[in-house]
Amino acid sequence: MLPYVVRRLLQAVPILLAVAGLVFVMFSVIPGDFASTQMADGRSVVDAEQVARMNKQFGLDDPVHVRFANYAMKLATLDLGTSFRTRQPVINSLLERIWPSLQLAIAAMAFAIALGIPLGFLAALRPGGWLDMQSMFVAVSGLSLPQFWLGLMLMYAFALVLGWFPSFGYGDGNPRYIVLPAVALGVAPLALLARTTRAAVLEVMNADFVRTARAKGNSEVRVMRWHVARNAMVIVLTTLGLQFGSIMGGAVVIEKLFAWPGIGSLLVDSVSLRDIPVVQACILLLVLFFLVVNIIVDVLCALIDPRIKYT
Amino acid sequence: MKFRANLWIGGVLFAAVVIGGTLAPWLAHTDPVMDANLMNAEVPPGGEFWFGTDAQGRDIYSRVLYGARISLTVGIVSQLINTVIGVALGMSAGYFGGWWDDFVNGLTNLMLSIPSLVFALAIMAILQPGLTSLLIALGLTNWSYTCRLSRAATLSIKQQGYVEAARSFGSSNLRIMLLQILPNIAGPIIVIGTLGMGGAVLAEAALSFLGLGIRPPFPSWGSMLSDARDQITTAPWISVFPGLAIFMTVLGLNLLGDGLRDILDPHSQLRKA
Repeated sequence: MLPYVVRRLLQAVPILLAVAGLVFVMFSVIPGDFASTQMADGRSVVDAEQVARMNKQFGLDDPVHVRFANYAMKLATLDLGTSFRTRQPVINSLLERIWPSLQLAIAAMAFAIALGIPLGFLAALRPGGWLDMQSMFVAVSGLSLPQFWLGLMLMYAFALVLGWFPSFGYGDGNPRYIVLPAVALGVAPLALLARTTRAAVLEVMNADFVRTARAKGNSEVRVMRWHVARNAMVIVLTTLGLQFGSIMGGAVVIEKLFAWPGIGSLLVDSVSLRDIPVVQACILLLVLFFLVVNIIVDVLCALIDPRIKYT
Repeated sequence: MKFRANLWIGGVLFAAVVIGGTLAPWLAHTDPVMDANLMNAEVPPGGEFWFGTDAQGRDIYSRVLYGARISLTVGIVSQLINTVIGVALGMSAGYFGGWWDDFVNGLTNLMLSIPSLVFALAIMAILQPGLTSLLIALGLTNWSYTCRLSRAATLSIKQQGYVEAARSFGSSNLRIMLLQILPNIAGPIIVIGTLGMGGAVLAEAALSFLGLGIRPPFPSWGSMLSDARDQITTAPWISVFPGLAIFMTVLGLNLLGDGLRDILDPHSQLRKA
């Protein structure tokens, strides 16, 4: 188990380097640079000398390959550079935002799993039945809703009209603040989980080993729990891992909408300000997170299904 | 032939959006950008203004109609770009194999490891906000599934007898790919394209909402919602209708995609969600 996890983590390194390279190349062909964007506020004249000085200070006038080599070297020591905007090391602003982002992601996924998997399971027990139709309608709607609009509507209904929850902000970790963003973010994965669970359970229920399990005289509960659910969960988990990227994309928008101090809102703010070192770092962190989630998914699948071997 | 509810409901919803957007100049009551009138600011829905007016006194009904044009343009064009890239890379990789196949595989894995909205955000950081940039950002970031599928299908089809026959008649590689292989993989590709269009409409709305896509005053649904956020306490209807329009469009495309999959790709491996 441990050697497998270590090997998977090592395999993530070249992918991260490739992403770093790709992002780096993208931002070195950028037409508007930070220095002139900073000063071009419409009021003051862009001072060429000052632009040159800023470029020199941030090492922006070296050739691209020199800059990438420097960047990759620093990356290896977790030095993510200096934010153009705050002049602070990027790693500091990342570190203070990781925990809020994780909190939100965990809360949203907990909501999605707690409702989505039972819903999909119940729907699959009577395909074509009333509950099946209802839950699949909910699922396809959930996947079509713009998350930020749902967030806006939740904010209006539950914060402004009913006043049950605060409308936005982090509230220093007060759990009341996380409810609305977590629900807004969780609805899409909930819908995805319900659909995938239903499809997976239906697929597994037709398998020969389920018929055998029934023929052996196992109770229906036992068949469902040990033969259907375990096999279906492998399919559900794999799908969830692959789709995790779109959940992260949704988190970026939801964090911004609810002024949640996470990686996503940092990314959006930095993109607007062209604070390139921060943008690069946020993207790398999100990709790392995505890769780690998929490694966890693979390990969980192997734990659930002993037929899966680590190779 | 059995009645397919998802295909029909999806088709009707999508057709309504296409008609609304195409006929916007005739259906709209006012010009979506120019007809601002502060005397009519924040009028609730009803009467003269079916969907009410926004903070600048513009008719929301007219702006929602025109917004369909932006969403549909972004959805269709960006998805066409994705499909062309995905099919070209995937089919050539599967057909030729060798180092090209390895390269395309590596590139696809790289793309799959970057969440596509995050990637699009990064591209929008480089380009100026606007329609062209959105088309580029969304057109370059969502081709990996199409590519994988085209590659896998090409690998199995190129072993078929009719491909061998075409080759022995002296057909060029390009001709074989376009005439023998492409028609055989078209069904699943149309399905992915339709579902991807829904995703592109959502992504455009999200980017415009964040102020990185279509900028106000142009009536993109996402940028309308971004404006509406400030008036949510006094005039919640400004936020309701653009969101409903996005929902309707994406729901239509998702149902249409599901319905098409049942017909075109009944044994799909992509029955995930």
